[in-house]
Amino acid sequence: MITAKKFQHTYNYGFIDETTKKEIRRKLLKAVAIPGYQVPYSSPEMPIARGWGTGGLHASLSLIGPDDVFKIIDQGSDASVNACNLRDFVKRMTGCKTTFDTGEATLIQTRHRKPEEILTERQIIVFQVPQPEPLRSVERYEFKTRQMHAEADYAKMWVSLYESYVKFGAIMQGAGYPVRVNGRYIMTPSPIPRWDVPNLSMAPCLHVFSAGREKRLHCVPPWTKVEPLEFEDVKFCVEEFRDIVCAASGGDRAFMDEIYESETARKFVMNDSNFLDKVRAGTRPPQRLFTNPAPEPSAT
Amino acid sequence: MNDNDTGWLLRVRNLTKIYGDPISNSVQYTGPKFGSNICPETDAIVACAEINFDLYPGEVLGVVGESGSGKSTLVQLLYFDQAATSGEVRFSALDGGQTNILTLSNQRKRHMRNHLMGMVYQNPRDGLNFNFSAGGNIAEKLLMAGNFHVGRIRERASYLLEKTEVPVKRMDNTPATFSGGMQQRVQISKAIANNPPLLFLDEVTSGLDVSVQAKVLDLIRHLQRELGISMIVVSHDLAVIRMLTDRTMVLKNGRIVEAGLTDQILQDPQDAYTQLLVSSLL
Repeated sequence: MITAKKFQHTYNYGFIDETTKKEIRRKLLKAVAIPGYQVPYSSPEMPIARGWGTGGLHASLSLIGPDDVFKIIDQGSDASVNACNLRDFVKRMTGCKTTFDTGEATLIQTRHRKPEEILTERQIIVFQVPQPEPLRSVERYEFKTRQMHAEADYAKMWVSLYESYVKFGAIMQGAGYPVRVNGRYIMTPSPIPRWDVPNLSMAPCLHVFSAGREKRLHCVPPWTKVEPLEFEDVKFCVEEFRDIVCAASGGDRAFMDEIYESETARKFVMNDSNFLDKVRAGTRPPQRLFTNPAPEPSAT
Repeated sequence: MNDNDTGWLLRVRNLTKIYGDPISNSVQYTGPKFGSNICPETDAIVACAEINFDLYPGEVLGVVGESGSGKSTLVQLLYFDQAATSGEVRFSALDGGQTNILTLSNQRKRHMRNHLMGMVYQNPRDGLNFNFSAGGNIAEKLLMAGNFHVGRIRERASYLLEKTEVPVKRMDNTPATFSGGMQQRVQISKAIANNPPLLFLDEVTSGLDVSVQAKVLDLIRHLQRELGISMIVVSHDLAVIRMLTDRTMVLKNGRIVEAGLTDQILQDPQDAYTQLLVSSLL
């Protein structure tokens, strides 16, 4: 009898073959050793298209082990389509336990948010990054941006911030605010809102940023200084949700989603779904909150 | 020009730039004697070779010569826009002139450019970023010298634009919307933003109409007197050289054929080529 071998195929643990995993782990070690430096890596084929979270999957699947508890969020939500599908995939390829609970997870993959809850030393967070090059908006040639990083030549970046301030009266970069890591490399923290940027600095967890389409990964190791670029008189500010209360939980001091109910009415709901659940259950986890500096009166 | 002289700001010895494939004879078989700067064996172009001179603080040195004589290459080498093939350049503002600045790392070269030098190019597009506003272009220089206070940057930029007679109201427009003369003056503002001790001017007035030319030259002379900046002025226009410079070098086929006081060179040229140059322009 002819058996259709095609359908008996089994995959390696974590989908990616061991040699490639080893390569990615080595690149991750390099990225940890040079905080903020973009390390090129192989970015092997995955069963989803590049640009849809392949970078995150590469890092997660190379790091994950049988004892890990995996959590994945997309813009703060455990339940969005992208998160659900990637969670199913990781579960099928590793048999790992998955969770919604931020505190329970050991490996968290995320798109465009860092959870509100403080992450600990035993946790790794993997960001899916669309564009790892912070200088791309000011310099289109890759060979030039690499040289600029090598020589710490960040003049153009600074001028673009100056220009933004002059044109609009504020630095307008909303997501992916450029940061300086460990006093050296300028890095994009992937398109997380400004709200999350101060939480990267001196955090106990390891941050891995991985861009599958661009084939680059970079890291912010635990307890590393991350400073948003700011002028002496024009300081970095996070989003202010002043006098805004979450419509679902009644809580405040969290990154909020703005939801329009009709043409005139709108409400705000906490963006981090697990955090929202915990606030509703009356067990609000500890957060690190950033206070905006008072505006300097002399600034013109 | 004695090696034992002191008090110089910039000392250049044997500065050479060869494009292409140089061999040991390239320098020997080119130059004014051969009427060409192309190596007969390898077709390498000896853009400039065996350039020796000293520049003193507050002095204005002119560089004249026909097109292709290596004038622009010379200042581009000194401003690190291009890498020299060989030679020595010492700058007294950097550890007393102990180091050959051509051997510095790119990072330190940029540091020197931002703190100790300024350059005004013939084409404003080389010196300015047309995607940034005029103020932003000046800010670039100030930011790189470690000035991160927007209020003070804008104050300084307005002061410089006022000095160079660019309407301060147009500070936040891009240079693309400016006239050629205004672009040139924005470039000058940018070049002198950090009060550099040394300024390079590469054909600053070519392509400007005569009245604007006079204004720009006036401005440069005024700034030089006021701030005491040393300058190297490259021009093919002897009128510019006569007006601005104390001393002049005449370049031909990448070599210095004559050097001396500007008045002396214009009144009593010694070298055949200089005589031709002076007679054809008078």
